[in-house]
Amino acid sequence: MAKMNMLQAINNALDLAMAKDDGVVCFGEDVGHFGGVFRATSKLQEKYGKARCFNTPLTEQGIAGFANGMAAQGMKPVAEIQFADYIFPAFDQIVNETAKFRYRSGNEFNVGGLVFRTPYGGGIAGGHYHSQSPEAYFAHTPGLKIVVPRDPAQAKGLLLAAINCPDPVIFFEPKKLYRASVGEVSEEYYEIPLGKAEVLQQGKDVTVLAWGAQMEIIQKAVDMAQAEGISCEVIDLRSIQPWDVDTVAESVMKTGRLVINHEAPLTGGFAAEIASTIQKKCFLHLESPIERVCGLDIPYPLALEKEYVPDHLKTYEAIKRSVNF
Amino acid sequence: MTNPNNATISTVHTAEFTSGHALQIPTLRILQDDGSLYPGAEAPQLDKATALKMYDSMQFIRILDERMLAAQRQGRISFYMQCLGEEAATVGSAAALDDKDMIMAQYREQGALRYRGFSLEQFMNQLFSNEKDLGKGRQMPVHYGSKDIYYMTISSPLGTQIPQASGYAYAQKLRGLKNTTICYFGEGAASEGDFHAGLNMAAVHKAPVIFFCRNNGYAISTPANEQFKGDGIACRGVGYGMKAIRVDGADILAVYKATQMARDYALEHEEPILIESIAYRLGAHSSSDDPSGYRSKEEEELWRKNDPISRFRLWLVKQGWLDEEADKAKSDALRQEILDALKVAEKVAKPGIEHLMSDVYETPIPLLNEQLEELKAHIRKYPDAYPVTAGRFE
Repeated sequence: MAKMNMLQAINNALDLAMAKDDGVVCFGEDVGHFGGVFRATSKLQEKYGKARCFNTPLTEQGIAGFANGMAAQGMKPVAEIQFADYIFPAFDQIVNETAKFRYRSGNEFNVGGLVFRTPYGGGIAGGHYHSQSPEAYFAHTPGLKIVVPRDPAQAKGLLLAAINCPDPVIFFEPKKLYRASVGEVSEEYYEIPLGKAEVLQQGKDVTVLAWGAQMEIIQKAVDMAQAEGISCEVIDLRSIQPWDVDTVAESVMKTGRLVINHEAPLTGGFAAEIASTIQKKCFLHLESPIERVCGLDIPYPLALEKEYVPDHLKTYEAIKRSVNF
Repeated sequence: MTNPNNATISTVHTAEFTSGHALQIPTLRILQDDGSLYPGAEAPQLDKATALKMYDSMQFIRILDERMLAAQRQGRISFYMQCLGEEAATVGSAAALDDKDMIMAQYREQGALRYRGFSLEQFMNQLFSNEKDLGKGRQMPVHYGSKDIYYMTISSPLGTQIPQASGYAYAQKLRGLKNTTICYFGEGAASEGDFHAGLNMAAVHKAPVIFFCRNNGYAISTPANEQFKGDGIACRGVGYGMKAIRVDGADILAVYKATQMARDYALEHEEPILIESIAYRLGAHSSSDDPSGYRSKEEEELWRKNDPISRFRLWLVKQGWLDEEADKAKSDALRQEILDALKVAEKVAKPGIEHLMSDVYETPIPLLNEQLEELKAHIRKYPDAYPVTAGRFE
């Protein structure tokens, strides 16, 4: 085991994947010699050469289309989109092409092995063009897998699983945790299965659910609630598509209550999908309405970021509302 | 002869490729480093007042950049972008325009903004995202904009302004306005799909837009030779069927002259035109970047000698329009003025909580009003956690 921050863990995963399979290539804006603006690809060009780790011109649609082509040929491109806010020029290539490659060709062709890595989320004083969480747009598109790690060990295991996945994966990295989240990470190759949630804490009164950077926020809220005698079950969803309905449903059948937290705006956010499914699966077990603690229905602001964010206090209030309904 | 494919047909009978470097566009240079003109070069028509206003704008942003980068390093603002080395490109081009020509910039064009008359206070209010910021504190520092001075508010995603500029200029033409639109972007942004879309639309629909590419050598860490092949960006304009010119972006007389001609041509012929300015981004991409990781000090030093401001200053002195001693005193005074304005803007309150919800739609939709009320109730309960807004609403 070694102490790594999230960037080091991602770098380590890419290093292992490139060493293991010469079909794995990394590219994107500033990804080559510079190692990416956040340095997730540091030293990879030195180690594996310019053909396998390289800078691209500034064109997200070009990056995505290029990745589609490489993956269709059988390689495993790990393409970086510098900020998730800039994934939208690539939207057509991802949503219409990446997602439907296998389906539209009757499985004649596919882009399995393709991973789009992209830093998402706020907390860095970035305003609305450096803080968005665009996961829900992609969750609406069948054919994509969507993964969001919460810490270094998870980032490494989930990324290795994504690279090894026969379907294309969008890997959203919580950039505010890149350097802030540090933990013990095995230096060996290991994978964490996609589509499987993790129950971090057992509890009996209420299930509290989030993913990625919001995990530390709900944990803080849960600690406040526990101090008042409320027993919380804490779940990290880890994958948004596919998402682990069974684990969540099982937990809610036990606790009878659910609080979902995400940073993206409320309306049309993935919490709505979870709430709807769990309401159907667990209707007779629910003791109170499912609570959603999400971003406001506005673009992510700069000066009033604190007010926008679904923070621990808003989550704590939702837990109490849920329990005291 | 033309055919329906819009291609000129001339015939050959042996197969031969045209090289990707076949078209080489020369660079216009008028002003030499010592402030004299190149032999045979002719200075553009430039009166003393305009020339001094150009010089003032360059000097202003040089000092503003230096001061605000320091402020970022002190943690007083979250982010900053300098335009060191490119002052002539943006000031020179803006000066050649009419005050009502629209400016659609990328993010390193504070020179054009200053020339248009954006005040020191307005710069500071935006940089500190306070309640006097025209953008209401919603965007990162350097995302300026002002309707009054025809400067479209900056958007971070790269190149999105390019097709918008085509549309804006086309609408100016349809409205019968004798104004043009200038669209700034870097050579990196010229890789985006929006660049192709924007130039092609403008060419086909004859929009009087001036595309101004600031080719400054680097897109963050990526050098131009990893960004594109062929002879720079100017030749692409030719490929899209428009006129193009390449200028030394550190030579303000060349930039001014080229832009003046481009404006006249765009309006007279109702056509787009492309200017490629060749300069060098002497500073980092932004305050979050460190160029020592991807280029040498020697390379930077080489370009430092190419300073656009000193070159112009020497020319102004030769004209008898500038006194070097008075100029020095003025720049010291400006430094103090900027520092004073910074201290004022820093103390102005952040925008009020109602500005979270305003402007998302013209009138807030019911859901937003509901969310605002819920948020207020929450803040009343935990005022200490939201010090910026707590206590500032009924």
